[in-house]
Amino acid sequence: MANRLIVSMSPHVHSNDTVERNMYGVVLALVPALLWSFYAYGVGALVVTLTSVCACIFFEWAITKFILKQESSTITDGSAILTGILLAFNLPSNLPVWIIVIGALVAIGIGKLTFGGLGCNPFNPALVGRVFLLISFPVQMTSWPIQGQHGLYLDAETAATPLALMKAAVKGDASSLSQLPSSWEMFIGADFGCVGEVSALALLLGLGYMLWKKIITWHIPVSILATVFVFTGIMHLVDPIVYASPVAHIFTGGIMLGAIFMATDYVTSPMSHKGMIVYGVAIGFLTVVIRLFGAYPEGMSFAILLMNAFTPLINTYCKPKRFGEVVKK
Amino acid sequence: MDLILVAVISLGAVGLIAAIILYVASKKFAVYEDPRNAQVAEVLPQANCGGCGFPGCAGFAEACVKAGSLEGKMCPVGGQETMDKIAAILGLQAEASEPKVAVVRCNGSCENRPRIVKYDGARSCKVAHATCAGETACAFGCLGCGDCVASCKFDAIHMNPETGLPEVDEAKCTACGACAKACPRVIIEIRPKGKNNRRVYVSCVNKDKGPVAMKACKVSCIACGKCVKECSFEAITVANNIAYIDPTKCRLCRKCETVCPKNAIVSVNFPPRKPKVETPETPASETQKAE
Amino acid sequence: MKTFRIGGVHPAENKLSASSAIEVLGLPKQAVYPLSQHIGAPAVACVAKGDVVKVGTKIADAGGFVSASIFSGVSGKVAKIDSIIDASGYRKPAIFIDVDGDEWEESIDRSEALVKECDLKPEEIVEKIKNAGVVGMGGACFPTHVKLCPPPGSKAECVIINAVECEPYLTADHRLMLEKPEEILVGVSLLMKAAKVEKGYIGIENNKPDAIKLMQEKATSYPGIEIIPLKVKYPQGGEKQLIDAVIGRQVPAPPAIPISVGAVVQNVGTAFAVYEAVMKNKPLFERIVTVTGKSVEKPSNFLTRMGTPISKLIDAAGGLPADTGKVIGGGPMMGKALVNTEVPICKGSSGVLIMNYKEARRGEARPCIRCAKCVNACPMGLEPFLLSTLTSFDEWERAEKEDIVSCIECGSCQFTCPSNRPLLDMIRLGKSTVMGIVRARSAK
Repeated sequence: MANRLIVSMSPHVHSNDTVERNMYGVVLALVPALLWSFYAYGVGALVVTLTSVCACIFFEWAITKFILKQESSTITDGSAILTGILLAFNLPSNLPVWIIVIGALVAIGIGKLTFGGLGCNPFNPALVGRVFLLISFPVQMTSWPIQGQHGLYLDAETAATPLALMKAAVKGDASSLSQLPSSWEMFIGADFGCVGEVSALALLLGLGYMLWKKIITWHIPVSILATVFVFTGIMHLVDPIVYASPVAHIFTGGIMLGAIFMATDYVTSPMSHKGMIVYGVAIGFLTVVIRLFGAYPEGMSFAILLMNAFTPLINTYCKPKRFGEVVKK
Repeated sequence: MDLILVAVISLGAVGLIAAIILYVASKKFAVYEDPRNAQVAEVLPQANCGGCGFPGCAGFAEACVKAGSLEGKMCPVGGQETMDKIAAILGLQAEASEPKVAVVRCNGSCENRPRIVKYDGARSCKVAHATCAGETACAFGCLGCGDCVASCKFDAIHMNPETGLPEVDEAKCTACGACAKACPRVIIEIRPKGKNNRRVYVSCVNKDKGPVAMKACKVSCIACGKCVKECSFEAITVANNIAYIDPTKCRLCRKCETVCPKNAIVSVNFPPRKPKVETPETPASETQKAE
Repeated sequence: MKTFRIGGVHPAENKLSASSAIEVLGLPKQAVYPLSQHIGAPAVACVAKGDVVKVGTKIADAGGFVSASIFSGVSGKVAKIDSIIDASGYRKPAIFIDVDGDEWEESIDRSEALVKECDLKPEEIVEKIKNAGVVGMGGACFPTHVKLCPPPGSKAECVIINAVECEPYLTADHRLMLEKPEEILVGVSLLMKAAKVEKGYIGIENNKPDAIKLMQEKATSYPGIEIIPLKVKYPQGGEKQLIDAVIGRQVPAPPAIPISVGAVVQNVGTAFAVYEAVMKNKPLFERIVTVTGKSVEKPSNFLTRMGTPISKLIDAAGGLPADTGKVIGGGPMMGKALVNTEVPICKGSSGVLIMNYKEARRGEARPCIRCAKCVNACPMGLEPFLLSTLTSFDEWERAEKEDIVSCIECGSCQFTCPSNRPLLDMIRLGKSTVMGIVRARSAK
């Protein structure tokens, strides 16, 4: 026979799903939020995003090539691009380039490649980078420019975000909640904050796309959002002057971005549906606890990182429902 | 001032309580361990290869101490030297043992054994073995996926990309037997190293009948029995269509190697044969031609 | 519309041969009968070299209770009893028969007429099925009579006929339903009678609307038989998945078997074989085989005598294409890749699928990205990523705890894995090792 027959075990067909397809699928789902950020922050958003993505790709390439000495390059699988975009989305649009580069180095170098690269990292790399920056550069990381200053980058004018107002209310400033923008403004993204997190609408479009393409399941985003809504709702009912409404909580800050894109990161989230719901509920709960009772105005990043650490434990105890487990006559 | 005092007292109290708990725990949960366990473990190679049949070096040390005799116990990695040391610590007699080495009993290189199909599954010999007979017509030979290489803790076995077969690095091999266990086809045998490291063995494990084995591989054993007749020491037996040379009986005369019509018998670490030695052995080469 | 509840995937259906009517394939020059064509003990040859056999002559006796007899599908002379290279390349004992003419045993009723009336007792039906060497025709080849004899303490409540054909490409069962609906229904009634139940369900996926319609029409005159259209989802043809889909009961983890929830599952091809065995005295020696593939000139369904080499079927379907990479016995999800095309058609050969070189190659395996798609796809609610890792680290105890033996080897996990990991390869290895450990433990 001219050709040698190929032999392998079944199955002999494949869904043609690839790592790239999933990674670029998420990138595509981020496009609406990216466009909105350009519209809202202009050149600042563009510079931050580009710097972050380029730096992430560069570090991934450089570290795999020169330190890990891997033969094949992993930059084409899209995971570094994704980390770059997600990191940028979590930064204010007036952050200096050198800080972003440090963030990218921490995200890719420490967050991802120290553990062995894609699939091995226990923590979401983008969040590792962001939290590192938040703790190292608290001033630069917590001053957010006002929207609409399209031509300005480093010298854009900044102001207090809705989250800061909410925090002020908790701390005793009774009038601050009344200065919040309307829920509708926060929903479409007319308020301000980090590059990618402002428009809940754009992020929800991304969620819809990812669910449609079966890149993620509904369990994590829905359980986070529901928990935040219920918990803040209860607090709001207890004291509407101190605690903002649940709608305001959900549409502002990083909750949408975190619930849809950061917490659903494949590598660092649990594998079973049951586990995903436990994970989501815990993230929602921790976020609200940090927002309402902690020192920081925003708790999403910390909540996700904390639960990342619990993911192996959740995987051990939350098993998928086995066939024939319950139904027994 | 108050603040400092409170801090010092509270921290001191916490420290004290923790110390008490630790002390009580260390007394209450103390486990007596024979001190000789540690001594024995110290002289072991600490490779934790499991070649001795116990779970790691600590397990082996414990077993040696407990058993009260070193009969049947052997650290293949450390060899006689280590066993003598253990014997000295425990005041026992170490069994004499021969140094051994892993031997790959397949010579089905790409050249000798034509590939007829292409295996495209997981790179694991065990999986390949369960999937099909392998890429060649030989259902007994090396599959070439390198389970033995992965199992070796001493970096002593490597795949030769040219032949597609594993090769043992005799200097590094400790005869722990991990590769022999990892091989789903039992190709690797732990054999005595032999005098001056010289060994003669049948480098084939094909149990098919002669004609079938003949077709599958250029250097397969076809169980013709010529080597059995040639051997003056009754070291060679043929069973299940395969010849086997008993290393304890073999005197390394290498006569069998010359009569094997398929070159399935291999000798290693011998000096090259001198051409003039071959002349008195005409009967042997004649049979070879007749084949 | 009904389907099973956990997991599942949707491979491209590619039913290329669905519209080709069943053709009768000519006789081979030499027919080969491996002695182990079924699950259980191999059969024992009862002919010797030089014996003359007819079509339908028994050539090997069942080697135990869980075993089946083998019948010659050709007439001629026994050439030898020797070993043959089986689908995986290992040598297995087989009977070789040189074909000479086409003379059938007299006892076989060769008329096309439909026989409906049957006044045999259940035990007699089971005996006839056993004596005809009927085994599950879906591919697993479990002897049919064993399934009809429930172990003490369990009682069958219904017979479920597997006409799902969830494997992509294959159309043998589909064509059989279109061309022999009445025979199948009589076969189902016989199975119901043999299992002493009143209810029979035939599960058909709704990608075969013509078969559903035809069977529904014909089934009206057969009391107790109901046609259940099912939503298309792989692996619906898995025994446990089918029971879940049709009657909504889940078979508990092994050692429980379908009879534990009162179901007896049989393939539609088996129902037809039972009809022929009981009503026509025709032992199992021919079956319908789909020969298909994207590069195959003429995807077809052949009525083939067993023992025919697969190469003959491929020739009849237009020959082996030049760019062939893989020849698969069975469907693409669970079939077996063949090492050569001289392997004979056996009782369980439902199809021959030819893939070109590009289709046949697997993608390069990459690190697991923990996307949990395999967990979502697993119809048994297992964690394939974990089981495969445990296997590669030889963690047998843990693998057992994680229910590795529940795996039905459907391949959904590997099908869906974006990193192209050989999940099922490893799980199979782990499953067989753990089953060996469990057996050794219970033997103690």
